[in-house]
Amino acid sequence: MAEQESKVAQLLKKHEQDVLQKWLSYQMSSMTWRADLMKESDLREQSREFLQLFIEVSQQSGPGADAAAWKSAKEMLAEVSRSRAMQGFSPSETAMFVFSLKQPLFDTLRRELNDVEELSREVWSTTTLLDKLGLYTVEAYQQSRESVIARQQQELLELSTPVVQLWDHIVALPLIGTLDSARTQVVMERLLEKVVQTGASIAIIDITGVPTVDTLVAQHLLKTVAAARLMGADCIISGIRPQIAQTIVHLGVNLADVITKATLADAFAVALQRTGARVTRVGVKE
Amino acid sequence: MERIPILKMGRVLLVTIQVDMHDRLAMTLQDDLTERIVQDRAHGVLIDISSLEIVDSFMGRMIANIAGMARVLDAETVVVGMRPAVAITLVELGMTLSGVKTALNMDTAMAMLMASFADKEHFNGGSQG
Repeated sequence: MAEQESKVAQLLKKHEQDVLQKWLSYQMSSMTWRADLMKESDLREQSREFLQLFIEVSQQSGPGADAAAWKSAKEMLAEVSRSRAMQGFSPSETAMFVFSLKQPLFDTLRRELNDVEELSREVWSTTTLLDKLGLYTVEAYQQSRESVIARQQQELLELSTPVVQLWDHIVALPLIGTLDSARTQVVMERLLEKVVQTGASIAIIDITGVPTVDTLVAQHLLKTVAAARLMGADCIISGIRPQIAQTIVHLGVNLADVITKATLADAFAVALQRTGARVTRVGVKE
Repeated sequence: MERIPILKMGRVLLVTIQVDMHDRLAMTLQDDLTERIVQDRAHGVLIDISSLEIVDSFMGRMIANIAGMARVLDAETVVVGMRPAVAITLVELGMTLSGVKTALNMDTAMAMLMASFADKEHFNGGSQG
């Protein structure tokens, strides 16, 4: 087996430049080549590097594949997938990088090997090897995409919960998007920290941007209100839309202990009154 | 034996909890505090927990108990300076201390007590004093 495997390697070594040229032209003429995303010189460099690693792998592989050669090939492919995922390639476009090597490779094999038996054996083993590497590429691509998604989720979590100070001793928390447990935790912490920081005595939680309120969301809201109260700040929930008011009552959620207002303006008026401030018109004759 | 000091400021008793509360210490505090409320004829109790970082259900119940005892003795309790993490923990434990007044800092707590003293005096026709 080891001897047969090295046949491919031998042929590849002999025809390396030729295979590389054909592979490159094939890659660039194919439908999956994205000239808008990647420079030709980069592709040439990647292809050359991969071909060399592939020769190494096929030289030493067999059922007990050599770990070191595999490892460097895999690392290289992971790097390629990562960079392509960032550049915006699709999964199949990324995988084609590996799979497109088949055509020039098989052409060479067909030209050089005359025995049908031997040819089919070589083609089969090379195909298996390339498929494995191709699948690994897709896997690495997906992993890097998933890490991007995870990072974006984290960023979204941080972006979506600003606590703003409206006045002395009054802070507001405009909530946007659906509230789940993880977000509630972040929201609660942010609000309480801001209360400590500003010495606020009133916190307005505005839920205009919350699309739906179910029992879970209501429970999360009530928790936040209770925690703020424990720290000595009163909470007002504002921005309750008509449909949400109906939902809350139908669900039997008890918001009796909490001050609720229809709009942020109403809530702000109450907050000003509580803190002893008053808004008056000055010098404007109507 | 370790004790938590109770300070008197006019008609208000000030308790600052700076160490981790264990059961014995909490019991001693309850004894001492009720004793002092009666002895000093206090009308307000301020419990400062701003340096308390760890809280459990026992601690929450103890604060609620102290507030309840003080109310029976006609003194109002204000819990001052609870940290965000402590507040979240208590809420997660289901203890919202619904009968207890809370304040963010000493200034607001003092103002709250003074306002309620004024109410009481008004109600009693200024007989206290």
